Amino acid sequence: MAQGILAIGELNEDSSLASVTGEVLAVARKLAGATGAQVSLVLLGKNASQRTKEAIALGADKVWVSEAEVLHENQIEAHLAALAQVCKAADPQVIVAGKSLFGRDLAPRLAFRLRVPLMQDCIDVNTDPATKRVVAVRPVYGGNANARVASPVDPQFVCVRPKIFEALPPNPSRRGEVVQAPVSVDASVVKVKRVRRVKEEATGVKLEDARVVVSVGRGIGGPENLPPFQDLAKALGAALGASRPVCDAGWLDHSFQVGLTGKTIAPEIYLTWAISGASQHLAGCSAAKNIVAVNRDPNANIFKEAKYGVVGDWKKVLPSFTATVKELVGS
Amino acid sequence: MPINIIVCAKQVMDPETPVSAFKVDREAKRVVPATGIPPVVNGFDENAVEAALRLKEKAGGGKITILSLGKSFVNDVIKKPLAMGGDELVLLQEDAFEGLDAFTTVQALVAAIKKIGQYDLILCGRQASDYDQAHVPHGIGEMLGLPVISMAANLEVKDGAIHVERKLPDGYEVLEAPMPAVVSVSNELTPVRLPNLRGIMAASRKQPTVWKAADVGLEASALRSGLELLDLFIPVSEKVCEFIDGENDEDKGRKLALRLREAKLI
Repeated sequence: MAQGILAIGELNEDSSLASVTGEVLAVARKLAGATGAQVSLVLLGKNASQRTKEAIALGADKVWVSEAEVLHENQIEAHLAALAQVCKAADPQVIVAGKSLFGRDLAPRLAFRLRVPLMQDCIDVNTDPATKRVVAVRPVYGGNANARVASPVDPQFVCVRPKIFEALPPNPSRRGEVVQAPVSVDASVVKVKRVRRVKEEATGVKLEDARVVVSVGRGIGGPENLPPFQDLAKALGAALGASRPVCDAGWLDHSFQVGLTGKTIAPEIYLTWAISGASQHLAGCSAAKNIVAVNRDPNANIFKEAKYGVVGDWKKVLPSFTATVKELVGS
Repeated sequence: MPINIIVCAKQVMDPETPVSAFKVDREAKRVVPATGIPPVVNGFDENAVEAALRLKEKAGGGKITILSLGKSFVNDVIKKPLAMGGDELVLLQEDAFEGLDAFTTVQALVAAIKKIGQYDLILCGRQASDYDQAHVPHGIGEMLGLPVISMAANLEVKDGAIHVERKLPDGYEVLEAPMPAVVSVSNELTPVRLPNLRGIMAASRKQPTVWKAADVGLEASALRSGLELLDLFIPVSEKVCEFIDGENDEDKGRKLALRLREAKLI
């Protein structure tokens, strides 16, 4: 009989533990808390066995590892084949994955390979006290509505939105077991090959990691109006972000896009200018600690999520705001 | 070499529907379509149609089949991919398809794809703007045992293989897969052409092929979502915005900065 919870871990290119791993472990522990189930983590890739202590400290009772060479790069077909084998061996009742860049392709394919439905992009996960089954909440219609869903079959497969669940504080005294994953993957499963990979040096503060983000919407009018926002971002040591229309119009590259189909960020301060706050945009910044909004329309949706708001024309608000910021931060 | 492409396109509620017009029937667990706002072809699926048209033009021939699944369609809406230049439209139409989740949708689409038969590529939008699951393309690939590449910003056929450019947080990569393959297309593949008059005329003369579930070997009464939908609700924000007032906009800007400093945020 299926039992326990299997969390799917992820390693970064440098073999460090990807942040999503701590998040899926926290979710798995939360679910285990209700049923007393064992939490296993599967960790595949180069030097995976060097990360098991860290994984146990973050909540794993058991870690399945494999350092098979075919798994060294995060090649999806190799990882899928391996994970399907681990799932068969572990026979979990619940699988928890994270919707990272890798996970967003991996989780749906693994679910279909196991022939079970997937609860995708979840922002809340609980155990039904009566049935002891997983109940997950996922935004639909661009975040305009939430659906509460459950899977009638095991393994119940949950994929969580990144940066919503916080990793547990590491507890180095936690004990856990490490086992070799029964993985045998032939290199012939790999059909998709990387032809090239080009790294573009980002200038300034990285959007995903920034403490402060200055973000602009369609209402700024055009790319010619970007410099004063870049100036403000510089004064605050902030990253620049944008809504989808700004990127679709080509005023800024899509790497600046915050939202459902852009980046998910969780800064301390998210300063939005002329962003109306469509649900699709809020989906990417709802984890921001403080949203500050400047918009001409007092009924703009962004004010429903904002902590501080100014109803006004950005052209008039921005110069005095930036000047005062510069005085305050002394630059 | 001519290229045959199937593009999966979905008719969805207009995602630009204002938040104030967005309503949920909690009892029936479904979204109430806003009156006066017609549905649209899912935006990302239009990117996929555009990708197909470019590939066919480059190949110098072939056929683009648009495949759509749903309970009912608005003719002018679902014919847009034909007006853009698509060759054929197959509608998989059944009352039981309403509200069906991705798990079962995939199985119906796969059955239709098998019936269509010949294809070098299956293209989908990266996700639909209603359920936002982004896993129909992955499911189709898994069920058909085909390679899957998601989030294409650009596609090119080279020596019988498909080359796909994908944006990454720190740059981009180009992946290669043998064909047939499934590729999901992102909004970075732009511009999406608008239908011209000739295209609209041509589309108006074309009749879609309509298949019922039984036509692709499925039993309509046996179709069930994979997941149980327990509740559908509009989330309520508990945040209260503190509005900064001032004599004029300049004054508000200054006071906002001072307030943020007072709150120790800057």
